[in-house]
Amino acid sequence: MRIGVVTFPGSLDDRDAQRAVRIAGAEPVALWHADHDLQGVDAIVLPGGFSYGDYLRAGAIAARSPIMNEVVDAANKGLPVLGICNGFQILVEAHLLPGGLVRNDHGDFICRDQYLKVENTDTVWTNGFSEGQEIVIPLKNGEGGYIADDETVDRLEGEGRVVFRYSGVNPNGSVRDIAGIANERGNVVGLMPHPEHAVEPGFGPDMTDAMRSGTDGLTFFTSAVRALAVSA
Amino acid sequence: MTESTPSHAPALGAAAEAAATRVVDSVDNAIATPEREQPYAALGLKEDEYLRIREILGRRPTSGELAMYSVMWSEHCSYKSSKIYLRQFGQKVSPAMKKNLMVGMGENAGVVDVGEGWAVTFKIESHNHPSYIEPFQGAATGVGGIVRDIISMGARPVAVMDALRFGAIDDPDTARVVHGVVNGISFYGNCLGLPNIGGETWFDPVYQANPLVNALAVGVLRHEDLHLANARGVGNKVVLFGARTGGDGIGGASILASDTFAEGGPTKRPAVQVGDPFAEKVLIECCLELFQQGLVEGIQDLGAAGISCATSELASNGDGGMEISLDEVLLRDPSLTAEEILMSESQERMMAIVSPDKLEGFLAVTAKWDVETSVLGEVTDTGRLVIHWRGEKIVDVEPRTVAVDGPVYERPVAYPAWIDALNADTASVLPRPSSGSSLREQTLQLLGSPNLADKRWVTNRYDKYVLGNTALSYPDDGGMVRVDEESGLGFAVATDANGRYCQLDPYEGARLALAEAYRNVAVTGATPVAVSDCLNFGSPENPEVMWQFSRAVEGLSDGCLELEIPVTGGNVSFYNQTGDVPIHPTPVVAVLGTIDDVARRVPSGWQDEGENIYLLGTTSLELDGSAWADVVHSHLGGRPPAVSLPREQALAGLLAAGAHEGLISSAHDLADGGLAIALAEAVLRFGLGARVWLGELLERDGIDNATALFSESTGRVLVTVPREDDVRFRGLCEGRGYPVLRIGVTDATAGLDVQDVFTVPVDELREVHRAPLAAAFGPVVGA
Repeated sequence: MRIGVVTFPGSLDDRDAQRAVRIAGAEPVALWHADHDLQGVDAIVLPGGFSYGDYLRAGAIAARSPIMNEVVDAANKGLPVLGICNGFQILVEAHLLPGGLVRNDHGDFICRDQYLKVENTDTVWTNGFSEGQEIVIPLKNGEGGYIADDETVDRLEGEGRVVFRYSGVNPNGSVRDIAGIANERGNVVGLMPHPEHAVEPGFGPDMTDAMRSGTDGLTFFTSAVRALAVSA
Repeated sequence: MTESTPSHAPALGAAAEAAATRVVDSVDNAIATPEREQPYAALGLKEDEYLRIREILGRRPTSGELAMYSVMWSEHCSYKSSKIYLRQFGQKVSPAMKKNLMVGMGENAGVVDVGEGWAVTFKIESHNHPSYIEPFQGAATGVGGIVRDIISMGARPVAVMDALRFGAIDDPDTARVVHGVVNGISFYGNCLGLPNIGGETWFDPVYQANPLVNALAVGVLRHEDLHLANARGVGNKVVLFGARTGGDGIGGASILASDTFAEGGPTKRPAVQVGDPFAEKVLIECCLELFQQGLVEGIQDLGAAGISCATSELASNGDGGMEISLDEVLLRDPSLTAEEILMSESQERMMAIVSPDKLEGFLAVTAKWDVETSVLGEVTDTGRLVIHWRGEKIVDVEPRTVAVDGPVYERPVAYPAWIDALNADTASVLPRPSSGSSLREQTLQLLGSPNLADKRWVTNRYDKYVLGNTALSYPDDGGMVRVDEESGLGFAVATDANGRYCQLDPYEGARLALAEAYRNVAVTGATPVAVSDCLNFGSPENPEVMWQFSRAVEGLSDGCLELEIPVTGGNVSFYNQTGDVPIHPTPVVAVLGTIDDVARRVPSGWQDEGENIYLLGTTSLELDGSAWADVVHSHLGGRPPAVSLPREQALAGLLAAGAHEGLISSAHDLADGGLAIALAEAVLRFGLGARVWLGELLERDGIDNATALFSESTGRVLVTVPREDDVRFRGLCEGRGYPVLRIGVTDATAGLDVQDVFTVPVDELREVHRAPLAAAFGPVVGA
C-alpha cells in the first residue's frame, strides 16, 4: 500500500502526514509539486501548511501547481484524496470540493484540541469510525471558516457529504459547524483539523484519561489502508 | 543578530553624502580628498572611533567603509560595552562544562552533544526596540533572525519559544504592543512550521515604552552535519541567496534617532524590517538540502548590518580575504546606493561559501526551491575584504578590523545610591493574613494577577503540534521535543528571569533566574546541560546600569560554574528604558536539558486521583520581591530569596532519578506566588482537585500559613507519587538527603481544599485564572 504526500513550497505538516501513513502500516511516498508524476500511489494526502505563504488566497496558488493536474484527474477517476487544513483549502481552490474557507470569525490563528462528530463513515478515510462518534483532533488554522451558499450546504447535508462537524465549540465560525466534507463519490475528503497529529500516544491531543494520548486521527489512515486492501 | 540599538544611526547619512556628491566615493577618491567632512556622528560613531578608523586605514574611510564600520562597531554588533564582562563566561569553565560542548560562544549559536550521534543547537536573542515601534513585524522578524542563526549551524530548526515582557496590563498602549507582538510571533512561527513550546509573558510598568521580546530557537543535527560559517579556500565562490535586497531595515531600530536627520534629506525608509516567513521556510529547506548534498563550505545568515556583517565575519573567520562586487546583488529597488546595499537588513537572506566545482549543483538546488541566487565574488588570499561597485573599489579593509577588533569600553560603574535603602525595605514587616478567608482572598488575588494568570490567550495562537515531536509545552514548566523517533531521545528547554529580584540584587537575581530555569527543566524529567542568555538592561552610559550589568554577568557566570553547565551563546540588549528610567535588569536565562526517552516526561499537574502530594525542599520567610508583595502590597524591597545551587543540583538529580524510575507522575516548580500558586496551577493543569494540609510544614519549618503559601523560597518542587511507588519514592529522597514532606492527596471532589484554611472549587480557580488576559485583550476561543 503506497500513499503519496504532496510537498508544495510552504507545506509544513508533510513529514507528519508521512509519519501517520507509516504508523498506519502503509508506505509513504513523497510527491513534489512541480512534477507531473503520481508515482502510481494508491491514495494521496495534501498536507497542512502555508503553501506559497497563503498569498492571494490560502491554497489558491498550490491548486494551480503542475502536480494538481494529475491529482484532479486521478481524484475524478476515484483515487482517494485527503486534504488536511491547507490541503482542504487546496481541494476547494481546485474545485474538487465545494465552498470556500475564510478568515476565522474571531480574526486570530487558533490552536486547540478540537472535538468533532463523525457524520459519514462511508468514505475511504472514515470507514473505521462509527456513525456519530465523538473524536478529538488537533486544530490549528487562521483561515478555517467554512462558507458556502445555503443551497450548497443544504445539498451537502442532504447527500450526507458533511463528514465532520465541530462539537462543543465552533472554533472558526464555520457555517453549520462544518469541519469537513466529501465529494459526491466520497473518495475526496477535506477537513480543517489535523488527524496526522493524533496518531501517536505522547504526541497527540490531551484526553480525559491521559495527556497527549489521543490517537483518533490514526483511524483516518487505517481506514484508507483497509479500504484500499479490500479494493485491491 | 537583527536588532540594532539607538546607539547608532542609520546609513542614511552616508547615503545622503553619496547622493549629494553624485560620485562613487571610491578608495582612490578617499585618498584624493582626505579633508572631506564625513557624517560619522550621525552614524553613531564617536570622534575617537572615527579617528581610529582613519588610523587603521591610513586614510579617511570611503562612505561605504564608514557605513560598514559604523554599524559593525555599534553596541549591538560589537558588544563594546559588554565585552570585558562577557569574557567571564569563557573563563569560568570546568572540564565537565567542556565535555559535551561542540561549539561554544562566538559562533552563530552554541552546539551541544546530546548523545546517540545527535547534537542540539539553541540560542535566545532580543528584538526589543523594533517590537515597540512596530510590534507585529518587530516580533516576527525576531523569530526569523534567530531561526536563521540555527540554520547556519547546519541544523534543522525544530522549536521556538519566546520570553515576553510588556508594560502594565491596563495601560492603553499595552494592548497595541501585545496584539502586535503575539500575532507577529504567531504569524511567523506558525508559517515556518515550528512548534512554539513555551516561554514567559510578564507585565510591569518598567517595560511600558520598552517591551522585551526575546526569541529562542532550537535546532537538531547529526554530529557530522555541523557547519561553521567561515570563508576558507582561495577561489571559493561567495554566493548571496534568498530574498532580494531592499531598502528595509537600514539602520535597524535607529528610527529612534531619526530626528537627527535634516529636513529635505532622503526619504526615510522603514527602519523596522519586514518579514516573509514563506521565503524563510523555503530557505530552511533549501539550506538543509545544500548541507545534505555537501554543496557548501559554510553558510552565514544576514541579520543586523546585512552584507557588511556577513562578509566581514565570514572573511574574519576564514584564512584569507574576500573580493566581491555589489553590482551582482539582486535588488528589490534599483535606486539603492552602495552604502544602503551594504547596510540593508532585508530579511530571509543567506550568504554561502561554495567550492567552484560545486557551484552548478548549488544553483540546481536553489533553482529547485525557487530561491534567487547570485555569485558576488570569491575568497582570496590577500587578507583584505575588497568590495567593488560600478567599476570602482569602494571598500578595501582588513576584515578583522571591522568584525572583531572593534572598540572595547570600560564604562564607568557606580554602585546605585538607592540600593541600600531598597534592600533595607523588607516585605517581612508587611501585614500577613492569618484568617482562612483572607488567605483565600489573597490566593485568588494572586492567581488572578496578570503575571500569574493563565496565558492561553497568547499560547493558543501558536502551533504546538507541527513536526509531531512535541512532548511538553505550555502550561508545563518546560517545553520538550523528541529528537530521535526510534530511541525517544529528546531535549527540554525553559526560560526564566525575574526582573524584580534583579532590581533588588542583580548578582543574586541572575543566579535565581538560572536556578529557576534549571529547575523548570529538571521537573520535566530532563537533565540540564547548557545555557543561553539574553541580557536586557538599560543604557550602558548610565554607571548604575553598568553596575547592574556587571553584577548580573558575574552572578550568572558564577552560577553556571557552580552548576557546571556552560553558556553556549546569547546576546546583550542595552538601552532598554522608559523615558529616562531603565528597565529592571532582566537577564533572561534559557536552560537546555536532555532526556533519554521523552516517554518518561513528567507534566506539571496531576492527572490521577488518590496520589500522594509531596513538597520537596524547605520554606522560610522569603517574601521580598515576591508576587505577594507586588500584588497585595504594591511593594518592592528587601533582598531576594537565598538560592543554593548545590541544592538545586541535588534536587535535579532526585527528579531525574524519580522520572527515570517512573516514580513521579507530576512535578511542578514553586516560584512566583509560592506554594499557593503552584497548588492552584497543578489543579488547573488537568482540572483535578486535591486535599492539602499545612500543619506539619508549619511545624517543621517554623512558619505561619501566609509564609507557607506565599513565600518564594527556592529549591522547592511539588510532586505527585502513585501510592504503589510511595515507599520507593521516600527511599529515594532519604537516600539523597533531600527534605520531603507529604502535604496532601489528589481528590476529584475536593477542588483546592487547604484543610482548616480554605477551599476553592476548580471552576472558581479556573475563572479567576483566565480572567485577566481575556479582560484586557479579548476572549479566548472556547474558553
